[in-house]
Amino acid sequence: MSDVQQLKAKDFKSNQEVRWCPGCGDYSIISSVQSVLAELGRDKDNVVMVSGIGCSSRFPYYMDTYGFHSIHGRANAIATGVKVANPDLETWVITGDGDGLSIGGNHMIHSLRRNVNLKIILFNNEIYGLTKGQYSPTTPQGQKTKTSPFGSVDAPFNPLQLALGAGATFVARTLDVRPKHMKAVLKAAAEHKGAAFVEVWQNCVIFNDGCFKEWSEKKVRDDQTVDLVAGQPMIFGSEKEKGLKAEGCHIQVVPAAEASIWDPTVDSAGPAFLMSQLDKDPSMPKPFGVYRAVEAPTLEGLVHDQISEVTAKRGVGKLKDLIYTSDSWEVE
Amino acid sequence: MSSELIRQDDVTIRFAGDSGDGMQLTGTQFTETTAKVGNDLATFPDYPSEIRAPVGTRAGVSVYQIHFSSRDIYTPGDAPSVLVAMNPAALITNYKDLQPGSIILANTGAFTEKDLKKAELDSNPLTDGTLSGFRVIQEDINARTVQALAETSLGKKDVLRCKNFYTLGMMYWLFSRPIEPTLEWLNVKFAKKPELADANARALKAGYNYAELLRLFQGRYEVPKVENVPKGFYRNVMGNEALAIGLAAGAQLAGLKAFLGSYPITPATDILQYMSLMKNYDVVTCQMEDEIAGVCTAIGASFAGRLGMTTTSGPGLALKTEAIGLAVITELPLVIVDVQRAGPSTGLPTKVEQADLLQSMFGRNSEAPLPVLSCATPADAFECAVEACRIATQYMTPVILLSDNYIANGAEPWKLPDMDKLEKFPVKFVTDPEGFSPYKRDDKLARGWAKPGTPGLAHRIGGLEKDSLTGNVSHDPDNHQVMVDLRLAKVNGVADSIPTPELNGAESGELLVVAWGSTYGASRAAVERLQRDGVAATHMHMRHLRPFPHGLADIFRKFKRIIVPELNMGQLAFVLQSEYPEFRFEKYNKVKGKPFQARELKAHFEKILDLEVKS
Ligand SMILES: Cc1ncc(C[n+]2csc(CCOP(=O)(O)OP(=O)(O)O)c2C)c(N)n1
Ligand code: SF4
Ligand SMILES: [Mg+2]
Repeated sequence: MSDVQQLKAKDFKSNQEVRWCPGCGDYSIISSVQSVLAELGRDKDNVVMVSGIGCSSRFPYYMDTYGFHSIHGRANAIATGVKVANPDLETWVITGDGDGLSIGGNHMIHSLRRNVNLKIILFNNEIYGLTKGQYSPTTPQGQKTKTSPFGSVDAPFNPLQLALGAGATFVARTLDVRPKHMKAVLKAAAEHKGAAFVEVWQNCVIFNDGCFKEWSEKKVRDDQTVDLVAGQPMIFGSEKEKGLKAEGCHIQVVPAAEASIWDPTVDSAGPAFLMSQLDKDPSMPKPFGVYRAVEAPTLEGLVHDQISEVTAKRGVGKLKDLIYTSDSWEVE
Repeated sequence: MSSELIRQDDVTIRFAGDSGDGMQLTGTQFTETTAKVGNDLATFPDYPSEIRAPVGTRAGVSVYQIHFSSRDIYTPGDAPSVLVAMNPAALITNYKDLQPGSIILANTGAFTEKDLKKAELDSNPLTDGTLSGFRVIQEDINARTVQALAETSLGKKDVLRCKNFYTLGMMYWLFSRPIEPTLEWLNVKFAKKPELADANARALKAGYNYAELLRLFQGRYEVPKVENVPKGFYRNVMGNEALAIGLAAGAQLAGLKAFLGSYPITPATDILQYMSLMKNYDVVTCQMEDEIAGVCTAIGASFAGRLGMTTTSGPGLALKTEAIGLAVITELPLVIVDVQRAGPSTGLPTKVEQADLLQSMFGRNSEAPLPVLSCATPADAFECAVEACRIATQYMTPVILLSDNYIANGAEPWKLPDMDKLEKFPVKFVTDPEGFSPYKRDDKLARGWAKPGTPGLAHRIGGLEKDSLTGNVSHDPDNHQVMVDLRLAKVNGVADSIPTPELNGAESGELLVVAWGSTYGASRAAVERLQRDGVAATHMHMRHLRPFPHGLADIFRKFKRIIVPELNMGQLAFVLQSEYPEFRFEKYNKVKGKPFQARELKAHFEKILDLEVKS
């Protein structure tokens, strides 16, 4: 249809009542996705939202697009089926830190290594929300939760490192309280040709309230975080007076003028890994934005290219040829 | 020695050797040629689960049995009358199954002290009297092969690899088969390695000529072709291959493109391999990271408008359980193939059993009914796969198709279907937004299938219970009851579209033998033998296992006794007993990783009927 009107963010809202707790970070994520789809002029009949199970995974019900709320941990696999079956469908995966990194960790790494063109949003609230507050694979060691009353002894994953290690071609981090930043990141993810992994720090007001406040609150944000912007120096601070400088395997804080320029498109995943290492150092700001954005062939592209190639070589197969092979014989 | 041609109507040969001796290849070549000659046939390969079991040991023995005949036959044969034993382990593990007076061809080149020791033998069975009562032909096939290939440039190891073709040549002579089909096959197979094609061809011819020249065997056999075979085209087919072709055909007959999401597992892997070759037949295959991903991609593909399929064996089916429940509640078409193997857990991965029936019927959380069917023979796997696709798409439901190891790797001549007569069952996707609701049903209770990308039909499905009318999430207690009832009624309704099973035998009598899956052959053969003895026995094969076809009670009523032979501990009998409590279903069960033999079933039936056991 050529005369499609450009849709507005609200056109992507379904008529279902949203049932997240008041104040939950999920609200800001869904409205960012709706705005981004509208801004990019997407056709809602061509968008598929696939989720697993968790608070976050209710997402598809609230979107007026095609949607599939599936089973715990399997969204990436189902979405892979959707995308390979019909590469024209813009396919998003909505998952949580439990859904996507614990029960679904295997499908997550494999969909990333295969570079299926999926837009994967990992709602990281460092807790199992829907089951009411157990520790997850991203809960910091020592944290008390319902199943770790004396503190969690499990070492957590760094989701970005997991994605980078799996060979993801697009890796980014954003947070619920910065909708503008989130939209920019989601837009870049949507426009990336290949698997895009976006970790969103999402506050669970009920079971893990304030888990990110050391970095998300306005008064500390400027000093505690740094925005990675392609082609721009890595600067931070309330006056943008500080910068990060990369030297070999070390990153140090320097005056803004000496900051290194950030480039997520370099071939090596090394710089992205290096930046993700800063999470471990309490004296360093945590980087947000696009860590990595490189091009590589997509799974669905390769699958269908191969089909075209073989078909060009062998001709369109007719059912009869499959059945009546050269080793058949006739009884008269 | 005489060289007369002895007519035989029915022969069973067993090729047995070490896993590395190429017995499966020898067997398949003999089978292909025999099919072309016009015999009916059935085969049964049996091999160890280790790819490289220790050479020469009993554990490493690989077996291929072929039963061929000038009549219609249903099984790979009970007791062979010819055994080819390439080493002592092969001999000792197989000779007991032979008919008295059978021919044994033993390769003495592999009967050294060392070989005997590997087979855990203290003395040589060829000389210690073990084989009295058999016609033993001893030949040093290793040495003969080396002689025959003296002029080739191959190294000794490669030369010895040709000994199976030498043996095959001897067998071709003995059973009056032409060697040309195998020669042609060698040329194609080794087109890029002509020296190997040449060596194997030499070995084949040498074996043939040697058997003829030296009159090794007392006489030569002729097994005339089957007369009055229905006209048409035939080919020899293995179960997994027929099943793969059936899945591709089923999707096309539904007017859809196929999508197979799978993960390798014995004995189902071949289906994925065959379908991976079908790139130009609208088939997409994805080898996923595990079975769960296999079924989930298939579900996603079905949501997107392809026909999703997944192939596996019992352990894989267990992993897919939760996702299959998702397909039940989202009412998406999905074909799940379980090529059953023996044992819980890893069990006996290369052996046969049919013990996944209850898992297929009930192995999901909550009320999650779905249609279940099973194939009887390798050729039947084609029709069953098409049928599974029909039910899945017409009823918007996952369907489980059960095959097993015996069907998967067995072969038989397949009467190819008349292409014009293959019934189409085209899917009509919903496209009209007017009055659209994702859970609106047709008269078969199937919901409409609206694929993403269709303008105006954006909707959400998922694992949460849905309102029976709007398709929105619903936690309403009465609605849940309605939906559970609807899903069950839909699956039960499949019975309206399937035939009442045909009976092989009279409509009433002393004994009804109810078989399913691969027990078809042995059950039918046993019953026909009873009938020849004048016993009022009838055989009924059940392709559809859930729902049961209409009219079963009327059949059951007319028999004094009903028995259900199964390669499990009584799973179909259990379900029949609960569905038809007015009848008594007797069980006959075996779980040894081996198929039933017709004679074994016949003997059991005779025993329960208090007949004199003839066998
Ligand atoms: C097979 C299975 N196991 C366990 C559960 C229970 N369960 C539901 S959601 C969930 C964790 C969700 O955590 P997360 O993915 O972080 O999502 P959140 O609710 O925090 O958004 C669990 C364990 C389930 N639904 N299915
Ligand atoms: S429990 Fe937490 S994550 Fe779930 S909806 Fe409530 S605030 Fe959001
Ligand atoms: Mg969570």
